[in-house]
Amino acid sequence: MTAPILTVEHLSASIAGQQVVEDVTFAVPATGITAVLGRNGVGKTSTLRGILGLISRRGAVTLAGERIDSLPTHRIVQRGVGYVPEDREVFAKLTVAENLALAERTKNPRREFVAELFPDLVARRGQMAGTLSGGQQQMVSVARALLNENVLLLVDEPTKGLAPRIVAEVADALQEAAKIVPILLVEQNLDVVRQLADDAVVIAGGRVVHTGPAREILDDRALTMRLLGVSAEVHA
Amino acid sequence: MSSLVLILLTGIGLGALYFLVASGLSLIYGLMHVLNFAHGAFLTLSAFIGWQVAQALGTASWGSFLVSILVGAAVGAVFATLTELILIRPLYERHIEQVLVTVGLSFAAVALFEGIWGTDAINIAGPPWLKGTTEVLGAKIPNTYWVLMIAAAIVLAALVLFLQKTRYGMIIRAGVENRAMVTALGIDVRKSFTLVFAIGGAAAGIGGVLAMHYSTFVSAHLGATLLIFAFIVTVIGGLGSLTGAAIASVLVAVLQQFANFYLEGTGDFIVVVLLALVLLVRPRGLMGRTA
Repeated sequence: MTAPILTVEHLSASIAGQQVVEDVTFAVPATGITAVLGRNGVGKTSTLRGILGLISRRGAVTLAGERIDSLPTHRIVQRGVGYVPEDREVFAKLTVAENLALAERTKNPRREFVAELFPDLVARRGQMAGTLSGGQQQMVSVARALLNENVLLLVDEPTKGLAPRIVAEVADALQEAAKIVPILLVEQNLDVVRQLADDAVVIAGGRVVHTGPAREILDDRALTMRLLGVSAEVHA
Repeated sequence: MSSLVLILLTGIGLGALYFLVASGLSLIYGLMHVLNFAHGAFLTLSAFIGWQVAQALGTASWGSFLVSILVGAAVGAVFATLTELILIRPLYERHIEQVLVTVGLSFAAVALFEGIWGTDAINIAGPPWLKGTTEVLGAKIPNTYWVLMIAAAIVLAALVLFLQKTRYGMIIRAGVENRAMVTALGIDVRKSFTLVFAIGGAAAGIGGVLAMHYSTFVSAHLGATLLIFAFIVTVIGGLGSLTGAAIASVLVAVLQQFANFYLEGTGDFIVVVLLALVLLVRPRGLMGRTA
């Protein structure tokens, strides 16, 4: 078994003095997609933001064998962590091309790969990102993370608020991306989790309460009802 | 008619001076959320050093005038850069402390300047043409106003080109929108903070040398007087908006000139009333972002 790309040990995080993550410990395998699941407000987004140093955090975070928990955000990202934030957070007053150019960290960004995944963005290069639809903004957000050769992607609720057709497009893009880079995915849509995730980490009350193969968790109706408050439909 | 033209053009000229000071303030606040009360000190030091350079080279020549402006810009940029690196950066994300340290610096700087150059205003001289006037539609416009307008137009064009056409400009525009996301793309946004301070300091430095020629004197309080109006136009224009600062600078100064002429010298009062109105009706300013 290969070493995990990311280990998180006893991570706690707070926003404005309010503790939002209590004591989270889990590992992310070096391949595939690991989903972070949990009810609303349990600290999934804060866990990602804590890993990235976007909020005040304590605990040990190790990326590819090296501690990153004392590094500022930009240094963590420079070590090969791509981030797709909740609510996209594109720069509304910058064009699509500028949003993408800003994200390029390497000399040879994967522009062709991104253009193949999101041909619509190529056609809209000169358009202000703030005037794009939610789905198109999400494509910009995902594209920014895929432009560089990362060792890990942190993807936060990529399908939130999107139309079903766009959800499928984004899910397909993430599936494609997962072939070349492991992904830690926060996602509420359990159909998408079922389609994408290999493993899952379930957080409740600011702590990890369950880890295991994603399908195993989703197939256990009693478990999903207890941990997530919903029952994941089982598709044949 | 000639009075109207005179008031309008001198208003635009005065607005140009406000813009030179306010542009840096606005950029700094937009990116760093720091109200920089030390901005006036950048301006004053640049004026003093610019004056000394012009004295050394001969005040009557255009060459020394231009060199003094360039030196003023450099002094403003260096002073601002050192301020950011030494005082602002260690207080990263502590906005109240950052504001307080700039307030402290502004007081200390005035005391220091008084210690070096004295408490009295020093009369200055420049190229003879600056003392003359140019007639436009019957109105005799003092030539210093043309220089202010040209300088502000050049600074505005340079800033727009820098912000639109360079990677650092792009980083600053993105940082004004969402600083955390810029860092989440792997960019050290603190380098942009220093750069914005340097650019703002340079613009204030140019403004300082020109303000000295506009006032025909230099004193330790030159910056403080202008800073008040620069803050007002920055707030009216919308904190963080360069375009807003440019529009508000002209608007405020023209209104100020009209009120001074037609309402018996009430220009400053009218400007404060305008500020109050804008804050009541449109708290984010003319071009500011929604909260």
